[in-house]
Amino acid sequence: MKTFALAGNPNSGKTTLFNALTGATAYVGNWPGVTVEKREGKYKGKKNGVEAKIVDLPGIYSLSPYTPEEVISRNFILDEKPDLVIDVIDATNLERNLYLTTQLLEIDVPVIVALNMNDVLEKQGISIDVKELEKTLGVPVVLVSALKNEGIDELLSKADKVSNTAREGSSVLEKTEHAELVKKAVEVMKEAGIASPTFHAIKMLEKDEIEETNHPEEAKRIAGVLPEGVEFDAISADERYQYISSNCSIHRKGEKAERAKEKLTLSDKIDKVLTIRWAGIPIFLVILLIVFGLTFSEDLFFLGRMGVPFTPCFEGNPYFEGLFWTDAGINSPGVMLMGLWEGFSGWLGDLMNQGLEAAGAASWAIGFIDSVIIDGVFAVIGFLPQILVLYIFFSILEDSGYMARVAFIFDRIFRKVGLSGRAFIPMLMGYGCGVPAMINTRTLNTDKERVQTIRAIAFFPCGAKMALLSAIAGVLAENFGLNAVLISYSFYIVGLVIAILSVILMHWTTQREKVPPFIMELPAYHLPQFRALMIHIWDKVKHYLKKVSTIVVISAIFIWAFTHLTWGWAYVDPEETGYAGTVLHDLSSWISPLFTPMGFGNVQAGASAWAYSLSSITGIVAKEVVPETLEVISGGNLEAFVAASGITVGGFYAFVMFNLMTIPCFASIGTAKAELPKGTLKWTLLFWVGASYLLGIFTYITIDFTWTLAITLPVIIGVFVLAYFYNKKKTEKEEALKA
Amino acid sequence: MQKQMSDFAVGESGRILKVQGEGKVRHRLFDMGLTPGAEVYLRKKAPMGDPLEFTLRGYELSLRKDEAQYVVCEMLEEGKK
Repeated sequence: MKTFALAGNPNSGKTTLFNALTGATAYVGNWPGVTVEKREGKYKGKKNGVEAKIVDLPGIYSLSPYTPEEVISRNFILDEKPDLVIDVIDATNLERNLYLTTQLLEIDVPVIVALNMNDVLEKQGISIDVKELEKTLGVPVVLVSALKNEGIDELLSKADKVSNTAREGSSVLEKTEHAELVKKAVEVMKEAGIASPTFHAIKMLEKDEIEETNHPEEAKRIAGVLPEGVEFDAISADERYQYISSNCSIHRKGEKAERAKEKLTLSDKIDKVLTIRWAGIPIFLVILLIVFGLTFSEDLFFLGRMGVPFTPCFEGNPYFEGLFWTDAGINSPGVMLMGLWEGFSGWLGDLMNQGLEAAGAASWAIGFIDSVIIDGVFAVIGFLPQILVLYIFFSILEDSGYMARVAFIFDRIFRKVGLSGRAFIPMLMGYGCGVPAMINTRTLNTDKERVQTIRAIAFFPCGAKMALLSAIAGVLAENFGLNAVLISYSFYIVGLVIAILSVILMHWTTQREKVPPFIMELPAYHLPQFRALMIHIWDKVKHYLKKVSTIVVISAIFIWAFTHLTWGWAYVDPEETGYAGTVLHDLSSWISPLFTPMGFGNVQAGASAWAYSLSSITGIVAKEVVPETLEVISGGNLEAFVAASGITVGGFYAFVMFNLMTIPCFASIGTAKAELPKGTLKWTLLFWVGASYLLGIFTYITIDFTWTLAITLPVIIGVFVLAYFYNKKKTEKEEALKA
Repeated sequence: MQKQMSDFAVGESGRILKVQGEGKVRHRLFDMGLTPGAEVYLRKKAPMGDPLEFTLRGYELSLRKDEAQYVVCEMLEEGKK
């Protein structure tokens, strides 16, 4: 089967085209750099009978890579030799997109140009003369709209035909005054028997680093050809753009002059409001607050607290009470959906128990099924509605193009701590799930920036940690009289603050470097696509249910078994004799002194300490397992269990803090291992455990023994001051060395 | 009149004369279309005045002043293009 590669600028619609071609449901977003890995799928044309393997590559602006994900694209096209490259071009941004095309055409590979987003162009009243563009470029051009599924089959029929004849690379630079130079360099590469000589010769002239390391011999020879003082990289970029603006852009018709300045598009108008200089940051915080309110609030928009009386309004409507509203206010969609599921799963659980009893099942069997199904699976699924609601809003923000602006707005603050605003995007993704967030750090420029960002991502409350937060909401409210919504908010902010503080420390000590540059395209705003949104959500649901059916079920069975079995495999009924003597009880009891400094060890929680210890350890598998472990052990009544354990507010808060901030899950360890530079994983794990342990202690003693702040605060400030001066000294030394 | 792109006021536009600096960052600026002859227009500044958002070659590009200072432009006066 033939292999066709999709290449093009970031955010030009490659993944949308990939989905349209293969029927896949890969993630699409509206900011440059959504795809950071190559993806494969199959196209099977019903009408044209074409079959091909389609490879979606990360977006690139140029074949001189700048970030790791761009290297993936370059290597694939050069080394894996696809049968054809489909160059996806955003027709609304012709010039910059064609810049990459001029480089792709230098490689010995058949190329076809897919002019995407034709529908948007038509709306703007602009048309592109495809025939003329084909003539200029020397390769076929097809108009498509990946989103509306237009022109797809035509593109592939043509691609199939074009891929049958080999194509020799040619360059627009051969048509300029530097043609002689290029020719000489190409000769050198040809003599060395290197494939795609034109491409490699030009990259060599541009003093491309990868090229020079791969072919050092030829690099020397070509350096000899290059006249003194000629900066070929500047010349080639200049010539390419000149060629495009004088030969290709003229094929755009119907554009009114100076449109950008005179006529504000809708996108510009929205942008004007959202990124007003003084209000950009407050607007972002308010948007975040609204999103969290819609997800967690049991008093939506604080209407209840503002004095709107609900009981008289909805009097005599018993079905809605509790579900849609309470005395306190209206429930947010997140809470409402959760209530619906709780009602349903409660009914199902009762039905199941009655059925089992009627069937005469043994009491241990009923207990086992209750533990695994009701306290395990049902409880964990119960967190799904809120996770989904939050996820929908984040997807909308992403899809609309706002997230890229957030990076723009926050760059100044991030620079102060040593990162570029670009790093804010993977961190925000960490609010959804840390795994894709860590993979997304490939869009960052330097290894050190990636290390800092990956480590900081672990502090963000992801969907799974939300499961923990919503499980303990009841405890916070009933046992300690705290406002659960505010506490949940606070953990989101605390996560962000700790992430930033930890990045500052790293930037001053182990990860010192000059702040990486921030050069980023800001995409046009557009309405989120309903279909794409549904695809995201469906994927999320599938992923979550898969996790529930595997990790959660297995760990529920494991926990139930070893909290009901002794070392001698004898069955114990905890309701009668307690958990003492069971395997997990003993094991966790032994380690529980470790947690005493954080306020939930053997000293504070006494006989129940083992449950907190156990869930803190099992939580490393996946964070959903923390509430699950507690639910299973407490028999579904967490509030009573916590009350009986005698743990203090500080201890419980520290327990939550430790679990939110420590090693996120097995999946994240695997991802961090793959994404971090060699040798840094063990330090990263140590960093996560150490940081969360210290934070746990700090939380505990600050809440329960507030006077300790008199000691801890100076110590913390001292550490930062020391780090600051360490960095300053070192920087001065380095500068002295340079001078 | 000549200006570095970092010194633009909001609403000003210019035509690029040369791109200074060196290495990868300079190459990236070229790749993003900041080459001599290109017209740039400063759309807005982020909170605290940095980074900057430019329109060039029909799209929006965000740059910090640190990078924008490498790009020297001949200013274009309104209506005199």
